[in-house]
Amino acid sequence: MIPAFPVLSLRALAVWRRNFLVWRKLALPALLGNLADPMIYLFGLGYGLGALLPEIGGAPYIAFLAAGTVCASTMNTASFETLYSGFSRMHVQRTWEAIMNAPVSLDDVLAGECLWAAAKASLSGAAILAVIWALGYVAGPLALWALPAIFLTGLCFAALGLIITAISPSYDFFMYYFTLFITPMILLCGVFFPVDQLPAAVQSIATWLPLWHSVELIRPLVFGELPANPLLNIGALAAITVISFWIAVVLARRRFLK
Amino acid sequence: MEADPNAPLIVEQLVKTYEGKPAVAGLSFALRRGECLGLLGPNGAGKTTTLRCCLGLARPDSGTIRLLGEPVPERGREARARTGVVPQFDNLDPDFTAAENLLVYGRYFGLPAATIHARIPALLDFAGLSSREKSSIRALSGGMKRRLMLARALVNDPELLVLDEPTTGLDPQARRLIWDGLRKLLAEGKTILLTTHYMDEAEHLCDRLVIVDSGRIIEEGSPRALIDAHFPVSPSALRPANLEDVFLKLTGHELRD
Repeated sequence: MIPAFPVLSLRALAVWRRNFLVWRKLALPALLGNLADPMIYLFGLGYGLGALLPEIGGAPYIAFLAAGTVCASTMNTASFETLYSGFSRMHVQRTWEAIMNAPVSLDDVLAGECLWAAAKASLSGAAILAVIWALGYVAGPLALWALPAIFLTGLCFAALGLIITAISPSYDFFMYYFTLFITPMILLCGVFFPVDQLPAAVQSIATWLPLWHSVELIRPLVFGELPANPLLNIGALAAITVISFWIAVVLARRRFLK
Repeated sequence: MEADPNAPLIVEQLVKTYEGKPAVAGLSFALRRGECLGLLGPNGAGKTTTLRCCLGLARPDSGTIRLLGEPVPERGREARARTGVVPQFDNLDPDFTAAENLLVYGRYFGLPAATIHARIPALLDFAGLSSREKSSIRALSGGMKRRLMLARALVNDPELLVLDEPTTGLDPQARRLIWDGLRKLLAEGKTILLTTHYMDEAEHLCDRLVIVDSGRIIEEGSPRALIDAHFPVSPSALRPANLEDVFLKLTGHELRD
């Protein structure tokens, strides 16, 4: 039997607004914090390592890395939000239980969390895009199309993160997700170097990973080009989002609505 | 006795098992409008499970539940829209002030911001927290938090309140403040369903009691009627019989957890 698909309502927005109100209290430090880490990597590797490297596809290494950093940072923000912050709300503070005592379903709580994490991740991805645009690493207005792609990337990794949160007994559990999934993905999906540097077998694995689709969409747009297979990339990210969210809801129901 | 079809809560033959063990084993009871009904029982008797089923947060294995006329869990959301809940554990939002907690909670009911803002002063006043509107939750005492939980449960002006151990862990002064608040709500015509381990609380507050053990009802009636029925003569020459005598007689003296 296929478990029931999530039933969603606009009440999910009340959950979104709750998280937004918390964020707004600490918005500036949160935003700076979100920017600082990827920027340190971008400039450290971009200038330091970039000076040793040839141009990649006609662009300096730092421009190549900048586009990848937009994707990786979006992914990281969505993952941290749904894993660590989400787990605090779900388990430590029992916020989800409080919300479910009101006329809000568990499905709506997860939808609100997913949309929130995607929004926060989008802000972080967009902020990096703005910085690299100001530094001259963005080719032109085509890069504005990266914004919806960033949001889709955020949704996808938020939904994936919620699966882990829904089954997690404690914060320690998240280490597995980061070391076994997130970190390898950053190295396999063309954030730091082109995927064609990898052995053919590994390359074919990479094409199954969500971050690869995100990079395939966003990097050309930053470089002022159209992505080669946009429908494939969008379709893959959307499919992973929907299926992951469904799995997360089913697992959360098992945890809460026993 | 056939339950009044308009009763705020009707539970019939509720059964709920966890991993093969029955938590609730065929519970039936009904709430009368305007009364305070106490659900008593040792730890693990099935009280919290019963409340979770009644709110549509756990799916019963069998039995039927109607909360405020709505079949639960099918229309649990609609029923919860007119219910106020104080859970056993504090789950106020630690990132917010007292007033923000009420505002954000009101939004979960789909209430317009203007409606919630208009209600907040009265709710804080009810909780005795008028001067703490902008206090962080972390700065509130246990009793204040509990009172704020109660105020939060009233943000939607509910017909029915469901309270799971509303005064556990509070000092006698704080408990009495909560009791006063609950009596006020009863006087306003609200219906209350509560669980408690405090027999004095049950005796003072509840019109009727349902005593549960091993997921079954073993006795029900008004506190006075139960004491008179079980102890026509006090077990002690030094004091009159009380509800605790009845509870221990019915559920035994062994520890349950």
